[in-house]
Amino acid sequence: MANKVEAMAGTKPQDPKSSDPSLFDDISSFNFSLKSLKLKTKQQEFLIRVTILCLVYVLAFSTRLFSVLRYESMIHEFDPYFNYRTTLYLTEKGFYEFWNWFDSESWYPLGRIIGGTLYPGLMVTAALIYWGLRFLRFAVHIREVCVLTAPFFASNTTIVAYFFGKEVWDTGAGLVAAAFIAICPGYISRSVAGSYDNEGVAIFALLFTFYLFVKAVNTGSLSWALASAFGYFYMVSAWGGYVFIINLIPLYVLVLLVTGRYSMRLYIAYSCMYVVGMLLAMQIRFVGFQHVQSGEHMAAMGVFFLLQVFYFLNWVKHLLSGTKLFETFLRITVTSAISVGILALGVGSASGYISPWTGRFYSLLDPTYAKDHIPIIASVSEHQPTAWSSFMFDFHILLFLFPAGLYFCFKRLSDGTIFIVMYGLTSMYFAGVMVRLILVATPAVCLISAIAVSATIKNLTSLLRSKSKVHSGSVKGSTSGKASSKASVDQTLPFQRNAAIALLLGAFYLLSRYVIHCTWVTSEAYSSPSIVLAARGAHGNRIIFDDYREAYYWLRQNTPPDAKVMSWWDYGYQITAMGNRTVIVDNNTWNNTHIATVGRAMSSYEDEAYEIMQSLDVDYVLVVFGGVTGYSSDDINKFLWMVRIGGGVFPIIKEPDYLVNGEYRVDKGAAPKMLNCLMYKLCYYRFGELRTEYGKPPGYDRARGVEIGNKDVKLEYLEEAFTTSNWIVRIYKVKPPIIGGEFSNSLSFLPLD
Amino acid sequence: MRMGFKKTLTMAKLSLSLFYFTVFSLLLSLSTSFDPENPSVRRILVIFDDASLKSSHSIFFNSLQSRGYNLDFKLSDDRNIALQRYGRYLYDSLILFSPSADSIGDGSLKLKDVMDFVDSGHDLILAANANASDFVRNVASECGADFEDDTAAVVIDHTSYSVSEIDGDHSLIASDTFIKSDVIFGRENIEAPVLFRGIGHSVNAASSLVLKVLSASPAAYSANPNSKLSKPPVLTGTSISLVSVVQARNNARVLISGSLDMFSDRFFRSSVEKAGSTYKYKKSGNEQFLMELSKWILHERGHLKAVNIRHHRLGETNEPSIYRINDDLEFSVEIYEWSGTRWEPYVADDVQVQFYMMSPYVLKTLSNDKKGLYYTSFKVPDVYGVFQFKVEYQRLGYTSLSLSKQIPVRPFKHDEYERFIPVAFPYYGGSFSTMAAFFIFSILYLYHK
Repeated sequence: MANKVEAMAGTKPQDPKSSDPSLFDDISSFNFSLKSLKLKTKQQEFLIRVTILCLVYVLAFSTRLFSVLRYESMIHEFDPYFNYRTTLYLTEKGFYEFWNWFDSESWYPLGRIIGGTLYPGLMVTAALIYWGLRFLRFAVHIREVCVLTAPFFASNTTIVAYFFGKEVWDTGAGLVAAAFIAICPGYISRSVAGSYDNEGVAIFALLFTFYLFVKAVNTGSLSWALASAFGYFYMVSAWGGYVFIINLIPLYVLVLLVTGRYSMRLYIAYSCMYVVGMLLAMQIRFVGFQHVQSGEHMAAMGVFFLLQVFYFLNWVKHLLSGTKLFETFLRITVTSAISVGILALGVGSASGYISPWTGRFYSLLDPTYAKDHIPIIASVSEHQPTAWSSFMFDFHILLFLFPAGLYFCFKRLSDGTIFIVMYGLTSMYFAGVMVRLILVATPAVCLISAIAVSATIKNLTSLLRSKSKVHSGSVKGSTSGKASSKASVDQTLPFQRNAAIALLLGAFYLLSRYVIHCTWVTSEAYSSPSIVLAARGAHGNRIIFDDYREAYYWLRQNTPPDAKVMSWWDYGYQITAMGNRTVIVDNNTWNNTHIATVGRAMSSYEDEAYEIMQSLDVDYVLVVFGGVTGYSSDDINKFLWMVRIGGGVFPIIKEPDYLVNGEYRVDKGAAPKMLNCLMYKLCYYRFGELRTEYGKPPGYDRARGVEIGNKDVKLEYLEEAFTTSNWIVRIYKVKPPIIGGEFSNSLSFLPLD
Repeated sequence: MRMGFKKTLTMAKLSLSLFYFTVFSLLLSLSTSFDPENPSVRRILVIFDDASLKSSHSIFFNSLQSRGYNLDFKLSDDRNIALQRYGRYLYDSLILFSPSADSIGDGSLKLKDVMDFVDSGHDLILAANANASDFVRNVASECGADFEDDTAAVVIDHTSYSVSEIDGDHSLIASDTFIKSDVIFGRENIEAPVLFRGIGHSVNAASSLVLKVLSASPAAYSANPNSKLSKPPVLTGTSISLVSVVQARNNARVLISGSLDMFSDRFFRSSVEKAGSTYKYKKSGNEQFLMELSKWILHERGHLKAVNIRHHRLGETNEPSIYRINDDLEFSVEIYEWSGTRWEPYVADDVQVQFYMMSPYVLKTLSNDKKGLYYTSFKVPDVYGVFQFKVEYQRLGYTSLSLSKQIPVRPFKHDEYERFIPVAFPYYGGSFSTMAAFFIFSILYLYHK
C-alpha cells in the first residue's frame, strides 16, 4: 500500500523531481526578460495555488449575489425572517436579553422561550460581524450583514474544502474541491445572499469539524482534536444537523475498529473530541442534557465506551504474556461490557432517562415513517423524498463523478479516504430520503468528485508528459533500459496520446458544462427570494409580485399593535418579523396541537371556526391565494395538509370529507364540505366576480386551472379587510362577537362563547 | 363587547407608550350613547300615532321631562323624522308609541334604522296594542320578543283580571308577577298590581338577553275576545310576557310592552281591585312600575363602569410589562354605578377576577373597600404564556362588565435559579475533588518518573 502511495506521489506535478526540468525549460524560454522576477517552481506553484484559491473565494461569494442583483438586498423565504428578527433583537438588546428572551408575540397564547429553543450560532455570528464592522466604523445595517452572511461563509467553506481535499488526497484535489463546492447548486440553494438560514453557516461548520477531525486522526494530535471539538461546538450552536456529525464520527470510528485500523491517533482524536465536544455542546440551551440523554446521541457515547474497552484490552494484552489467558480475559471483558451496555441502554430507555428518537430522526431511517405517523413533518416540502431530477439538478456532472471518486478512494485507502467515503455514502442516503439533506451531501460529493477529476486529469497529463518525455528521450537517444522498455510498451499503444488528449478535452468540456449549468441554476432557480415572486409576462417582460410585503406592511400599519393574526404556520415568521403582529402558530412547529387547532379552524365550517378563533382571540385571518396569478404554492394546495394535521389531533376532521372519490378538487364537483369550509370561503370570497383569464368564465382559478365550484361565497363571521393587488394575500377581520341577526348585531341571540 | 375598544385605546395610549410589551386591551362596556359625563342634555324622540296621546299619557311624559330629558314629539306620519343627521345620532333614546302605524314618517324610518340605533347603544321603549302593525312586530321580534300573531287577540285572564265596571271583560289584566330585581325596580316594593290591556308576546327561547319583567298568570291566554275560541290558544300561561326588557350586548336597553294603555294617565290614576281579592288599591302600580322601569331603561340605574385596572408585583407600585412565573401580584379595579346624577361606588361581594390563558388558571373573588375599589392578590401560576386579567361580571339588571387586560408571563431567566442548592453539595464536592485529584495526578505522572 505504502509503496503504491509513494509511486503515485511520484507522479505529482508539483513534485519538483518530475516536473522541474520541463517546466524550467518552458519558463526559461518564455521569460528571458523577466529573469530577475523568476520564481522557483515550488513558489510558482504556491503562487498559482493561492491565486486560484483567491479567485475561487471571490467566485463563491459573487455567484451568490444574483439574488441581490435580480431583486434587492432582502431576507428570503420563511425561516430566515425569524433568524433576522432574533438577530435584530440580539443587536438591539444584547446577549443577556437574547439568551433569556421570552417571545409573547408568537404561539399566542402560549408564547415561546426563544432563547432556549433556537440554535444561536447564526445570530451570534452575524451580530459579531456586525459589531466588528461597527467597531471598524463601517456604518452597515444589520440587514446587509444578515443578507451577506451566507455567501461569506460559503467562501470560507471553499477554503475548508481545499484543506480537506489536501488532507485526504492532495492539493490538486483540494483545489478542484474548492472550485466545485464554490458553485455547486446543491449548496448554493441554501447560501445565496439573503438566505439567512442556519445551514448557511452550518455547512461551513460541518465541513470544518470533519476536516479538523480527520486532521486529528491523521496526526494523532491533541490540539487538532481539541480544535475539532470547538468546531463541533460551533456546529451545535448553529444547526440541528450536528446530529449527523455526532453519529457519523462514531460510525467512522467503529468502522476503523472493525477493519483493524485502530490506532492511538484515533483513540486520542475521538476521546478528546467526544468528551470536550459533549461538554461544549451541552452549553447550548436547546441541546442541554439531550446530548447525554436522547437516543440520537447514544451511539457516540457507546462508541466512546467501546473505545475505552478496546484501549483497556490492548493494555491488558500488552501486560499478559499468554495468548490463551488473554483470550479468556477478552471473552469475559467483551461479554460483560456488551451486557452492561445493553442493560444500561434498556434501563435508561425504560425509565425514560434516555429519550426515544425524535420523529425527524425516525423518518430519516425509515422514509415512510413520517408519512404514516407525523403529517406535520411530511407536509414540509423540503422533507419530501428526493426526486432523481433534483439530484441531477443539484449535482450535475458530480453525480457520475461521485462513483468514480469512490473508486479512486478505495484504490488508495487511508484513514482520511475512509472517512470521506463514509461521509459520502451516508449523506447520499440521507439526501435520497429528504430533499433538504442534499445540502449535507454536497460537500462530500464535491470532495469525492474532486478526487476523481483531479486523479483523472493528473493521470492523463502525466501520460501526456511522460509520452513527450519518452518521445524526446528517444530522439536524444539517451534513455535507460527501463525507459526504453516503457517506451516500447507505449509504442504498442499508438493512440494513447491522442486518447489522452481527447479524454482531457472531454473532461474540460464536462467541467465547463458544469460551470454553465451551475451559473444558470443559480441565476434562474435559486436566487428567488420567494417572498417576492417573479413571472414572465406575455411579451417576455418580467412581472414582479410583491404581494407578501404589501400585506405584511398593511398589517403593520393598519391593525392594532396587539392584534392576533391567524394563518397557516408557513407565514408565521414573516408576519411577526415584517408585520410585527402576534401570530397563533409559526414555522417553529413545536406544538402540534396548536397547529392542529388552526388546521381544524381552517377546515371547519365558518361558525365552528368562529368559536375556535374566539377561543384563541384571533382578530385577523390571513390566507395566501394563487388563483389570480397562478401561484401554485398557496393555501388551497396546502389545504389537505391542514386537514390531515387537524384530523391527526381532532378526529372530527376527516380527510375523505374533502375529497371526491379520492380526488382533491375545487370546482363544481368538489365535496360539499370542501366548498363551505373556512379556507375555501376565505380564498374564493368575491373570486366568482373576477375574470382572471381571457376566454374563461369568471371565477377561473389559474393555479388549478378550473372554474371554482362555489362562486357565491358569503361570509357571516368575518369580513374582508385587505386583499393585495394580485390577490396573493388576503386578510380578513374577525367580527366582534356581537353578530348574527339580520339587522341587529347587539341583539343577536348567539351565545357569547 | 368591543364597543368600547376605541375609548379604551385612547385611555391606554399613555401606558402603551410606557410599556411596549404590555399589550393593553381593556374592553370597557360603556354604551356609546349614554354619556355619564354629560347626562343633562339627553334627548328622546317620541313617535306617536294619535295627537291626543300627548295629553292622555302626560304623566309619563312629564315625569321624563322633570327628570331632565328633552322630549321631541313627532307624529308617525311626520316626514321629517330622522334619527341621525350627517352620521350622528340626534337622539339618545327612542320611544315608539305608534302601535298601528305601518310606516314611520312615510317610510323615512325603517326597521334597519331602528335596529342600527339600538346597535349603536341607544335605548328604545316600544309599546304595542292589539292590532299592532307589522313594523312594531318586526322591531320586537328583532329584539327577541314575538307578539301574538293574531292581530285581534289580546291577553285574557279569568283569574287575575281587574274588577271593572264592565262585567265579563277580563282583558284588563291586573298583574303582580314582577321579576324580582332591586336594580330594575328600585328598592321599594311595588305593592299594587299593574294594569295591562293589550297583546301578549313570547320570548324567543334562543335569546338570553330578553327578560320577562311582567308576566301573565298561569291562567292567562291570548285570544280574540270577540270570537269563539275554536282551537287552543298558542300563547298561554306564564309563557306570556306582558312587559319585557332587553339588555343588548352593548348595554343598549329596550323595553317591550304589549300595551300602550298601561302608560296612560287613566291607568296611572285608576284604582285597582284584583279579582278574587277584596282589597282595593287606591292607585294602580302602573306609575311606580313604569317610572322605575324607565329609570332602568334610560340608564339611571344599574349602569356600571370599571376603571383603573391596576396590577403590580407585591410591594411595588409600577405596573410591570411582564411577570415571571410564581411572582406575587396585586390586582385592583374600581367599579362604580351611575346613580342618575353621579358615579357612586358599587358594592358587591361577588366580583371575580380570572387569570386566564385559554382557561382560567386563577379565579379569585375580589374584596372591596366600599369605596368602589376591588382588590386581591395572588401568585402567578407556574405556567408561562400570554395571560389575561379577566373580569366578567354579569348580574341581572346590571350592565355587563367584560374587561380583559393582557399580560405575558415569562419563565425564569437562566441566572434567576438558585445558584447553589444544598442538596447538590455532594456533587459539587465530587466534581471539585475529581478536578483536584486529576491535577495532582497529572503532576505526579508527568514529573515523578
